[in-house]
Amino acid sequence: MILALSSCTTAATETPLTSTQEPANTLKVMTHDSFDISEEVLAEFERANNVKVQFIKSGDTGTALNKAILSRENPLADVFYGVDNTFLSRALNEDIFEPYDSSLLAAIPDGFKLDPESRALPVDYGDVCLNYDKGYFAQEGLAPPVTLNDLLQPEYKSLLVVENPATSSPGLAFLLATIGNFGSDGYLEYWEGLVANDVLVVNDWETAYYSEFSGSSGKGPRPIVVSYSSSPAFEVLYSEPPVDEPPTAAVTANQTCFRQIEFVGILKGTQNFELARKWVDFMLSKSFQEDIPLKMFVFPVNSEAVLDEIFLKYLSLPDQTAIVSPDEIAVNRETWIKAWTEQVLR
Amino acid sequence: MTKTDDYPLLRSWVRPLLLWLPPVLFLSLFYFYPLGSILQVAFERSQSGLAGPFYEVFSSPGIRSVIAFTFWQAALSTLLTLLIGLPGAYLFARYEFRGKSLVRALTAVPFVLPTLVVAAAFNTLLGSRGWVNLALMDSFNLLLPPIQFTNSLTAILLAHVFYNTTIVLRMVGDYWSHLDPRMSQAALTLGASTLKTLRHVTLPLLMPAVLAAALLIFIFDFTSFGVILVLGGPRFATMEVEIYYQTISLFNLPLAAALSMIQLTCTLGMTILYTQLSRRMQRPLSLRPVQYTQRRLRTWQSRVFVSLFMGLLLGLLTIPLLSLAARSVISLERGQNASITNPQFTLAYYQELSQNRRDSLFFVKPINAIGISLAYASMTVVLALALGLPAALTLARDQDWRLNRWLDPLIMLPLGTSAVTLGLGFIVALDQPPFDLRASPLLIPIAHTLVAFPFVVRSLVPSLRSIRPRLRQAAAVLGAPPSQVVRQIDLPLVGRAVLVAAAFAFSISLGEFGATALVSRPEYPTVPVMIYRYISQPGSLNYGQALALSTLLMIATAVGMLVIERLRLADIGEF
Repeated sequence: MILALSSCTTAATETPLTSTQEPANTLKVMTHDSFDISEEVLAEFERANNVKVQFIKSGDTGTALNKAILSRENPLADVFYGVDNTFLSRALNEDIFEPYDSSLLAAIPDGFKLDPESRALPVDYGDVCLNYDKGYFAQEGLAPPVTLNDLLQPEYKSLLVVENPATSSPGLAFLLATIGNFGSDGYLEYWEGLVANDVLVVNDWETAYYSEFSGSSGKGPRPIVVSYSSSPAFEVLYSEPPVDEPPTAAVTANQTCFRQIEFVGILKGTQNFELARKWVDFMLSKSFQEDIPLKMFVFPVNSEAVLDEIFLKYLSLPDQTAIVSPDEIAVNRETWIKAWTEQVLR
Repeated sequence: MTKTDDYPLLRSWVRPLLLWLPPVLFLSLFYFYPLGSILQVAFERSQSGLAGPFYEVFSSPGIRSVIAFTFWQAALSTLLTLLIGLPGAYLFARYEFRGKSLVRALTAVPFVLPTLVVAAAFNTLLGSRGWVNLALMDSFNLLLPPIQFTNSLTAILLAHVFYNTTIVLRMVGDYWSHLDPRMSQAALTLGASTLKTLRHVTLPLLMPAVLAAALLIFIFDFTSFGVILVLGGPRFATMEVEIYYQTISLFNLPLAAALSMIQLTCTLGMTILYTQLSRRMQRPLSLRPVQYTQRRLRTWQSRVFVSLFMGLLLGLLTIPLLSLAARSVISLERGQNASITNPQFTLAYYQELSQNRRDSLFFVKPINAIGISLAYASMTVVLALALGLPAALTLARDQDWRLNRWLDPLIMLPLGTSAVTLGLGFIVALDQPPFDLRASPLLIPIAHTLVAFPFVVRSLVPSLRSIRPRLRQAAAVLGAPPSQVVRQIDLPLVGRAVLVAAAFAFSISLGEFGATALVSRPEYPTVPVMIYRYISQPGSLNYGQALALSTLLMIATAVGMLVIERLRLADIGEF
């Protein structure tokens, strides 16, 4: 017994669990699990400001936001990054952000600035679009779908897998794309058609993409999936063995995608207001903005940021995405999801 | 029940109070206080008072059917797990055969795997393009896959059996291996049939361990989240899934709090039922060391029987794992014809794991992630045993102490608590020094201990209770002080049970239950967290790395289990 216990404690103490050596200041950044940044880019900021940045990852977007709201009295961090336009109203209604009119906002197109009071500042965007397995359509001699209405045609029967909007963020985005297209009075009829055409609904992106989609390395049965416009580029980037052409492609025709915009905000109650502003500026600056795509699969809002070559080659961005405003989403989210659930799952 | 007056001086309330002190302090600070705080915050947000959210729950047919389904799938899953696990427990308990400890270690591996990975493994086997369906379609010339696995109740049940069979094998198997076989032998000699002996002698004697295992499995299935979400699909929801949806998607905290309280009340009800039943079942036995109870396989019939059943059990528990491990070293390069793939052996996924190609700040070498996971697991084992042993001792010894009847069911509560709710509770409650642990890595072993602690207590109590009081009394009469009695009588007799408890704490921590509920410091990711990082990104290299890391986790778990199996507590077996 003693032996067992002592061997356990040594194992436990061998790995240091608290970081040591801190510079003058520490800035805490609360974010969701998908956040990533290059070591070198962060080091630039830390050196310039003589600060150590500590990241606090707090689950998926909704979970992280809830934690920021519930810790409002005694904030866990100075800055919160990662709230998107489907959750923006919750953050603004709960009043967790200090306004900050960064001068770098000038370089960002107005379409991204959804909060006129600049409490939440846009950082990046990603488009949720249909992806298809190029091999399948070539082999069957079938044209890939172009519009959402194509998915109702008999030749696309049993080909589509989507995510549940109640549990998945791309799932909700795709539901919003259909609402943007067909209106809140027409989307249910569209979904009725999808059900008649044997759409498959799963709860999460991972299952849809890796277990059900035939274009991924999971080799599932269905050749059309709801994913991101960036996914094909990543099929090239993260491929083993290396390939020149992605096995998949995204459908980016007008109104078929929904754009998720992610925001950063300074948390009320921070003792580090100056540093927090610097961090927000840094996130909007060219060096961080150019680091975004290869780290987080989403794209910079700063129009001065230059995209990596690989994206110029493999990425097609939609000209026009389906639009639903954050306020409409906040007010109707529950009703839409409930009605969708009744229509599609029952 | 026998009166236990082995230590006259500590007969009354001093001993139980002292023994309860550490676990009660720990639970108050890290469980009841955070839980109470979040429930309070949630109900304060209710516009219809305290009763409103409950009314909302019971007046919604959708949520009512979620509650009914939660019970129904948990009961069915528990029953199936017992049906598969009990024969296995018998074989482990009564037979000695080569490779037994390896087989036992392997059966524990499913317990620690992340749901997404298990789902991927099942899909490669049973999905509509899985091997089984392809083979069936091929041999019977079918056009459509005959097995509909995705989004089915079968998938939920199979996954629950896959995850939890090890609980029966360990808890019941170890208890069984110490049961004196002479009792059933006597029954047989007196002319009872095998079946009659099983029903009237063996099963009643085993009941305490069976009930304890059933309770744990039931509560696990009752609060099931990942399996329901990933394998069950959108048509199935348990209360835990509904709580997640209400909290995260709709931010309806009052309704989520009401559901959490209903889930807790059900857990409490189940536990009280269990306590009542087990009180009636408990009898002191003479536990025997395994050398006396286990046989070698002598006849060829027994060899065939044991190998067949073990093969079946191992098949169920390890074929999905093997398919996963195989896939981590095979690249399915796409050929000219889209439906044909050329499988090729590759170690690229493993090599890639150690490379930080994109200069990511959060890159952690797999060996370090495994080290971090093992460190958390070790802390969990130490903490859970330090808190669970005293609680189990007083529950076993001071059964007549009135407060014990109240405390006993309470210790199971953390297991039945919604991880989403408790995770937010930590944020709300633990925000003041010296306990501002919200972003501390220490919160992880603490949270794991909350889940492991009930396991430790439930694995220990049946064995501790079955020790004849006379043994302790004899020791005391011969002049042994209480601590020596514990050291020289109790611990050796229940040594196996302590190891079982340690093994559970270890695997619970490695499997990282409720990982997403906690705030995490990305510098110290556990292996499951790293696996999620890879599998949530597109690209064959990411998928391959997730499988490679899962395979490493399986190996680390199996090795850890083998090490725990090998540990021998002082004097064990020398009765």
